[in-house]
Amino acid sequence: MRSHFFEIISIAAISCMAFSNASSANTQSISLDGSSTVFPITEAVAEEFRTQHGKIKVNIGVSGTGGGFKKFVAKEIDICNASRPIKSSEAEAAKKNNVTYTELPVAYDGLTVVVNSKNTWANTLTVEELKKIWGPESKIKTWSDLRKDWPNRPIKFYGPGTDSGTFDYFTEAINGKSGASRSDYVKSEDDNTLVTGVAGELDAMGYFGFSYFQANSKTLKALSIDNGKGAVAPSLETITNGTYAPLSRPLFIYVNAEALKRAEVKTFLEFFLKEAGRLVPEAGYIALEKKKYEDALARLKTMK
Amino acid sequence: MENAQSIERAKKIEKALLPILMVAGLFTIFVTIGIIFILSRETWQFFKMVPVLDFLFGVKWEPLMEPKSFGVLPLISGTLLISVGAGLLAIPAGIMIGIFLTEYAPSNIRRIVKPILEILAGIPTIVYGFFALTFVTPFLKTFMPDIEVFNALSGAIVVGIMILPMVASLVDDALLAIPQGLKHGAYALGATPSEVVLGVVIPACFGRIMAAFILAISRAIGETMAVTLAAGSNPQLTFNPLHSIQTMTSYIVQVALGDTPAGGVEYLTSYAVAFLLFCMTFSLNWIGHRIMQKGSK
Amino acid sequence: MKARKRREIIFQLLCACITIVGIILLFVLLYHVVLEGWKFLTPHFFTDFQSRFPVKSGMKAGIYGSLWMISITAITAIPLGIASAIFLEEYAPKNGFWKMVELNISNLAGVPSIVYGLLGLSLFVRALGFGQSVLSGALTMALLVLPVIIVSARESIRAVPLSLREAAFALGAAKYQVLFGQILPVAIPGILTGIILALGRAFGEAAPLIIVGALSYVSFVPENVNSEFTVMPIQIYNWSGRPQEEFHQLAATGIIVLLLILLSLNLAAIILRDHYQKRFRL
Repeated sequence: MRSHFFEIISIAAISCMAFSNASSANTQSISLDGSSTVFPITEAVAEEFRTQHGKIKVNIGVSGTGGGFKKFVAKEIDICNASRPIKSSEAEAAKKNNVTYTELPVAYDGLTVVVNSKNTWANTLTVEELKKIWGPESKIKTWSDLRKDWPNRPIKFYGPGTDSGTFDYFTEAINGKSGASRSDYVKSEDDNTLVTGVAGELDAMGYFGFSYFQANSKTLKALSIDNGKGAVAPSLETITNGTYAPLSRPLFIYVNAEALKRAEVKTFLEFFLKEAGRLVPEAGYIALEKKKYEDALARLKTMK
Repeated sequence: MENAQSIERAKKIEKALLPILMVAGLFTIFVTIGIIFILSRETWQFFKMVPVLDFLFGVKWEPLMEPKSFGVLPLISGTLLISVGAGLLAIPAGIMIGIFLTEYAPSNIRRIVKPILEILAGIPTIVYGFFALTFVTPFLKTFMPDIEVFNALSGAIVVGIMILPMVASLVDDALLAIPQGLKHGAYALGATPSEVVLGVVIPACFGRIMAAFILAISRAIGETMAVTLAAGSNPQLTFNPLHSIQTMTSYIVQVALGDTPAGGVEYLTSYAVAFLLFCMTFSLNWIGHRIMQKGSK
Repeated sequence: MKARKRREIIFQLLCACITIVGIILLFVLLYHVVLEGWKFLTPHFFTDFQSRFPVKSGMKAGIYGSLWMISITAITAIPLGIASAIFLEEYAPKNGFWKMVELNISNLAGVPSIVYGLLGLSLFVRALGFGQSVLSGALTMALLVLPVIIVSARESIRAVPLSLREAAFALGAAKYQVLFGQILPVAIPGILTGIILALGRAFGEAAPLIIVGALSYVSFVPENVNSEFTVMPIQIYNWSGRPQEEFHQLAATGIIVLLLILLSLNLAAIILRDHYQKRFRL
């Protein structure tokens, strides 16, 4: 009998607890979302940041650049990780929703086309061949469809989904139009899934950010890309000096101007830019020139 | 000894308590209504954008990339591949284990086996997904080199293991419910235990056993994490278990992981698929439980 | 006759073999998991958050998140479930409507967990405005486990011997006094077992919580019911998804911890059940 009343009271207590204290003003938190390509960088920064500013909660989602921008425009997140610049349609939507933002380049990436490490026949591809393979009207089904002396086995394609900035960038650079792509491939916004797929499949081909190739170089092989000036393999040098083309690209974070007014966000970004020179290469990408980070830091300090 | 006054007071308390208890009793109805309402409302929105027939009979599921296509059959085929595959593994095995437990196992063995089955049933689905990805698929690859990294067969195997305890336990219950007189009569006529079981007992509780299968398949259809890890995210209309596929449940998780904002057609697809999933499992469960309810009379 | 005898023996062997295979499968699974996950099972696994370095990674966020979630789920679902079971078993008239309610509960127990996730998303996260918080997650799980609790509570109440009821009524007690004074105490072991099984199920779920918005990258523990959160199964899922071998081993470590917690829950259930059975031995 008594226990029953106790139950009622505890339910009431919990409900009070639940509805009160909705204030997140006490808890400092920063929310990020977006590109799976940029994720390793922000993950590294957030982790190092935590050692110095343990009280500030940082959470990072991986919805893809497109997915991240949708949330960014809807004011659901503070910072958007992007592996491509913001689209005009997204900028429009931001404007409509009174979201002003700052674009900060944080790294260079060499978008890498990979095959399984046990693939002995494919070493380089020309840009035209890439377009033939990945274009929307592609008729390539087997390796031999592309080059006669390659095996007559079906290619298993892996690639980012439509919410991915990598997808947008690759399709624009190779197929000429962002979003134009063959559709019969295994799609995932999570590059880890793609790595698992290509690494596990002899006849697989996929593409994603350089960092993911670097971290799995034992099980993957990067193809050298020939855009008319000879075949170039992605590496620290070729991405920095731009010879790995057209697949070299900058990576960004977009920061909501309102969020920037919060002390914890500013602290985080200052930390980001200060440590980027060290953490970006560790994450598997190419750091910008030191001056660029310093300029961005200066710009940040002037924003109040 | 209670006196009249305290009984009066007790009756008053009871009267006050009753409405609260009744609300509690009715709560589950509200849950069902809630599910149906929410799923159908979003599905209705979806069908304003996509014709019903395209959805139900289309063979290409490409909701995100141009040219968009909203045929749900690839997802259904993926789901069926997994659940029917799991059933093919779990149902025969489950029957035999159930028979073993009821007819052949001495009570000390039964006391060991039953808890083991319960443990198997209690292992979370994510563990089975991990097991499929890191053990079953590599194991299969050693003698089936054509198998893909993500494939339906691994998914079917682990889901089969998952529903095995359920089938075994329900078969065990069904067999135990048969009146002893029936069995003894058969034995008296000189039948061996297997003949009794297969020839007399099972036909007698056939309805309940069918119900067990239906409920197990329904459970397999609703399975999410294990198949997401093991079978992949490649919706294609195929019946080849060596390929990667996508089930209805995996698709819903995929959309949620991408976290699309409310309203867009992408978001609505997950509700439409969920509605279809709900209809399938609810009808199967309804049929299964009705048979059980009737059988227990 | 000989042929029938032979068939009999073959059949018996077959059944026994399949049973043995089933048992072996369990041990293979456990062995594989322990083998993979043993390496990272250190004290810091419990106190560290996840990291890009497998060696530094820990499951603190998931462990705390799971505990927060299960507590709120328990507080919500247990009273509701028991009250519901009491009403349905003791007070509800035995007509067609209430039979349908009974059938409905059994059906709800079989609804895929992911559908509960969508329900929770629309109801708790959006309509009631609780956002992607541990509260939303816990309430969603409460709805998920409610049918299981109700069904097992009802069976426990039903299992109480008639003689007990009749004796109490003979002494002149009102219905609810009989209920709370005599029947429930005897039914408690069964009810507890059901509750613990249900909570064990909630503990291992990932899909509905992903839908409700439990996060993947979380480096903090929940501060209040409105906090964002993650749970152990989701952390395991993330680690499983990473291609590097070491993250798979981390996932296995997480699984070991998860299974140990579930095992302790079940042991607690058995101990409690035995304790109460002794107290109320008839």
